[in-house]
Amino acid sequence: MSTGTTKLDVVVSDVVPVNDLVTRFHFRRRDGELLPTFSGGAHVVVEMRDGDRTRLNPYSLMGSPLDTREYTISVRRVDAGRGGSLFMHSRVHAGLEMVISYPVNLFSLDLRAKKHLMLAGGIGITPFMAQTAQLAGSGGNFELHYTCRTASLGTYADVLQERYGRRIRLYHDDREERIELDRLLTSQPLGTHLYVCGPAGMINWVRARAAELGWPPETVHYEHFAAPQPGLPFDVTLAVSGKTIRVGEQQSLLEAIEAAGVDPPYLCRGGVCGQCETNVISYDGKFIHNDHWLGEEDHRSGCKIMPCVSRFEGKSLVLER
Amino acid sequence: MAAKTIISRPIYGTLSPQPGKHHLFLADAEGALAIVDMAKTAPLGFFDGAEIVFIPGPDGKHVAVLEALKPAQFHVAPSFASLLPRLKQTLANAHMGLRLYLAGTEGLIGQAMQVALEAGIDHTSMQTEHRGSLARRMQCVHCKGITENVTTQPATCSHCGLLLLVRDHYSRRLAAFQGVCINAEDRSEIPPMEEAFP
Repeated sequence: MSTGTTKLDVVVSDVVPVNDLVTRFHFRRRDGELLPTFSGGAHVVVEMRDGDRTRLNPYSLMGSPLDTREYTISVRRVDAGRGGSLFMHSRVHAGLEMVISYPVNLFSLDLRAKKHLMLAGGIGITPFMAQTAQLAGSGGNFELHYTCRTASLGTYADVLQERYGRRIRLYHDDREERIELDRLLTSQPLGTHLYVCGPAGMINWVRARAAELGWPPETVHYEHFAAPQPGLPFDVTLAVSGKTIRVGEQQSLLEAIEAAGVDPPYLCRGGVCGQCETNVISYDGKFIHNDHWLGEEDHRSGCKIMPCVSRFEGKSLVLER
Repeated sequence: MAAKTIISRPIYGTLSPQPGKHHLFLADAEGALAIVDMAKTAPLGFFDGAEIVFIPGPDGKHVAVLEALKPAQFHVAPSFASLLPRLKQTLANAHMGLRLYLAGTEGLIGQAMQVALEAGIDHTSMQTEHRGSLARRMQCVHCKGITENVTTQPATCSHCGLLLLVRDHYSRRLAAFQGVCINAEDRSEIPPMEEAFP
């Protein structure tokens, strides 16, 4: 079960294709009331009921936090993924009743900052849509640098430039435009906080340069939801509930645990928040850790696993669930 | 070394060289020796990008050892109040990548931290090391007056004259420990005054 959250019964109020890869979905409450307040950077977990299978994927809210009549998310189609984004693109239509979680923010603005420097890559733009709206509404000082593959795939680049003009700087891969990262990071006034959302490679690059150039860790914020990777099926024994389950090729360990009727806590389902951290009682084989939560030591120890994104290969695995 | 008593009581560390391009040091009296000790582990050329601002104690010692580190800038000031405009100017013009190192008495660390917080540096991002006197900067919670260099327990408010219990309760915003009247029920009750913060 999602920790401390209640579900929201919503209806899809609109589906808007944005470009070749991205579609936007609008949700309203079925009872017509306002949705809960959220802050820029928050995400919701969307439940996708696909026959007897339920997928739960996190998506950043991209609407303005000042308007809670509806929530909006943008979903990039990933053809080689586990099918969540394809389900959203092909099966979700206006009028469909769906269930989403309450919003949770693991990527919030530090409002003590004198300035907010934002770096987005690709679909990583979505949390910044909400954050820029929030800051603009309160006169906050921000600057957004947005890297996209081509102008036509620069999701919302036009909207952002229209809204914020020179505060938005675009970089197109196909035109060989690159962020001059070192220059950017060394020319920011004291009290600036840095936010980065995009592919893992970009996040790692930005974090490493910022650390090297003397940005204290508490001024650097990032979010990267790891999508659960498919893999070989494996068997798991849940010691507390006395069940043995099989994790399918396209299923995450967390989904398999839930399918067996056991409800571990979760929030992000992307290896970030730490809620579903699970103790390993015994194992014979090797772990495939894909999370950003556990430290290297924990990964090596074989004592813990994040079932939302990580897998296992081997003879036996016994978990404290 | 300060012991943790309540959560607001500041705990100081040991200065260590941080990554970054510019390093601003602020020290008073024996705080100079914390910088000298840190310099032993600093990478080559570290002080090429450093500024040291130093307030010597009454004995005027330690200026030469700091000069010997050959910082890019070295400034000796007679008091914290007198260097405040310079400090504010430095921080206002600084960029991310500037790291702050504070060493010496709690009064100096606290007041410098107060200015740096306003400039947008998180208190957890600053390097601090306590050296020398344990004397406290105290705010009287009754008249709000600040008394510097409090070494006794209880202590007399230099503004309203009340006899105050110097608490471990510390305010980063005010850069001061809180002093609360120790004999509010009966002013004639005068507890013995002891040297508590030498």
